[in-house]
Amino acid sequence: MYGLINRSIQCFICDTYGPDSWKTITGLAGLGFENFEAMMSYDDELTGAVLSGATSHLSKPTESILEDLGTYLASHPNLEGVRRLLRFGGDSFLEFLHSLDDMPGAARLAAPDLILPQLETRDHLGGVFTLYCRFPVPGSGHVMVGILRAMADDYGTLALLEHLGGNSGVETVKIQLLETQFAAGRSFQLSSAGPAA
Amino acid sequence: MSGDKASLTLDGSCADQLMPMHLLIGNTGHIQSVGPTLARLRPKSELVGRRFLEVFEMRRPRRGMQDYSDLCSVAGQKMHLQFRDTPQTALKGMMTRLPDGGGLLINLSFGISLVQAVRQYGLSNSDFAATDLAIELLYLFEAKTAVMNEMHGLNARLQTARQAAEAQATTDALTGLNNRRAMDDLLSGLVENRASFGLMHLDLDYFKAVNDTFGHAAGDFVLQEASNILRQEVRENDTVARVGGDEFVLIFDRLVDEAKLMSIASRIVCRLEEPVRFQDQTCQISGSIGITTSQLYCLPDADRMQSDADHALYESKRRGRACATMAVPAV
Repeated sequence: MYGLINRSIQCFICDTYGPDSWKTITGLAGLGFENFEAMMSYDDELTGAVLSGATSHLSKPTESILEDLGTYLASHPNLEGVRRLLRFGGDSFLEFLHSLDDMPGAARLAAPDLILPQLETRDHLGGVFTLYCRFPVPGSGHVMVGILRAMADDYGTLALLEHLGGNSGVETVKIQLLETQFAAGRSFQLSSAGPAA
Repeated sequence: MSGDKASLTLDGSCADQLMPMHLLIGNTGHIQSVGPTLARLRPKSELVGRRFLEVFEMRRPRRGMQDYSDLCSVAGQKMHLQFRDTPQTALKGMMTRLPDGGGLLINLSFGISLVQAVRQYGLSNSDFAATDLAIELLYLFEAKTAVMNEMHGLNARLQTARQAAEAQATTDALTGLNNRRAMDDLLSGLVENRASFGLMHLDLDYFKAVNDTFGHAAGDFVLQEASNILRQEVRENDTVARVGGDEFVLIFDRLVDEAKLMSIASRIVCRLEEPVRFQDQTCQISGSIGITTSQLYCLPDADRMQSDADHALYESKRRGRACATMAVPAV
C-alpha cells in the first residue's frame, strides 16, 4: 500500500487526537515505528492493523473513524492542497460528483503508483446519485462519505449521504442533493496564489 | 465549395462556448469580436475595433508582419504571439480564413504560460473550453508540486538519518569517543597517505578493581572521566578512540617528536591518577602507555604499528605500570 494513505491516517490521528494517541495506536498495531513516509510503500496489512488499533484505542467504530478521516482529508487546513485538488473537479458539487470517476486516474498522473479507490457515479436524475467504491481494503465507502460531506459544505450544497453497505469488494453510497445553493460555500481560485495584485 | 465538404456556420455564442479565446478579424485587419476569456485578458474596448497587429506582436512563424495580407499568409500554420503591452502573456494559436473573403478566425490558448496567466488574470474553471486540457494541466502542476515537496522532505529526513547512522557506527556510545572501527579507518588512511603521526596505546590500570569493588556504574563513570581527560590532553586535529573495555588509542597528527610524546604521556598518566569521586566512593586508577611513531618505519604498516605500541604498553605494565614506553621496532 502506498505510504500516502497510511500517512494520511497518521496525520488525521495526530491532528485530531494528539501525538500520544498515535503513539499508543502504533504500539497496539505492532508497527515498530511511528512515522509512515508518504512516498514509500508498505504492506497492505499495516493499514488494517493501524485501523483496528485506532478502533480499540479511541473506542469508536472503524466506520466513523474512516468517515472522520474523509472529512479531515477534504477540509483540514493542514491539507488545503488535497481540498484544492478535489475542487479542480468542477465549479459545482454536481460537476464534482461527475468528476469522481476520474479521480484515481488524475491522482495516477501525478503519482503513478498511487492506487486510490475505483469510483463510479450513477446519476439517477432528480438529484439522486449512487457512488460505487472498489478498493482492496474495506471501508473506502466510509472515507468517501466523509469526503463528500466536507466537499458538499465546501460548495455550499446541502446533501444527504448514506452508506448502503458493501458487497464483494464494492461499497455503495447514496447521495441525495437537497439544495445546491444552500450556503455560500468556500471560495476557490484556480491559481494557488490567487490573482496577482 | 466542393460537395464532400460540409460548410459550417457558427453563431457568436456557439463560438464563445467552443473557443472562448477566439478573435474574428475583418478583411482590413481590424478585430471585429473576441471570445469571453480573451475579454478577461484585456477589456473588450481595448481589443474590438483595433488592428490585430497593433494589439498583438507575432513571434512565429514570422516576425515583423505589417498588414492583413502578411497575416493571411500564415493561415493554417501554428502561431506564437504575445500582447504588445504588459503583461505580454505568450499565446499560441491557429488562424483560418473565412469563406468569401469574410476575414480571419483565430483561436488562441495559453501554452506553457498557463500557470502564470491563471494567476495574473484570476481565471477560473469556466474560462476554459470543456475540451481544453488547461484544468488538467493546473491540477497536475499542483499535484506535482505537492509530490516534489514531499520528496524533498523525505530526502532531508533520510539524509539526517544517514548522518546519525554514520556517526553511530563510528562512535563509542558510552564516552562519545571514536570507536575501533573509526580508528582503524583513520589509521589505514594515514598509512596510505604516508602521513607522519604519533600513536599511543593506553590501558587503564586498576580499572577492573573499580568495577569489581564499586560496580559497573562507577566503572562507567570512571571511563567517562578518563575520556574527558584524554580529550583535553590532545590537540584539535588529534584523535582519541576507545578500542576496548579500558583500552584507548591516541593518534597525534604530524607529531613524531619522541620527547614531546613521552611528556604528553606522563601528563596523561598524572591526570588519570587524580582520584575520581563517584557518589560516596573515591575511585583511583592510573594508566600504562606504549608509544610509536610513523618515523620509526621505512614503510609504516597499521597492524605492525599497533602491535609495536601494544608491546611497548606491556613493557610499561611490566615496569610497574603508571608509565609510558617508547616502542623499539625490530629492524
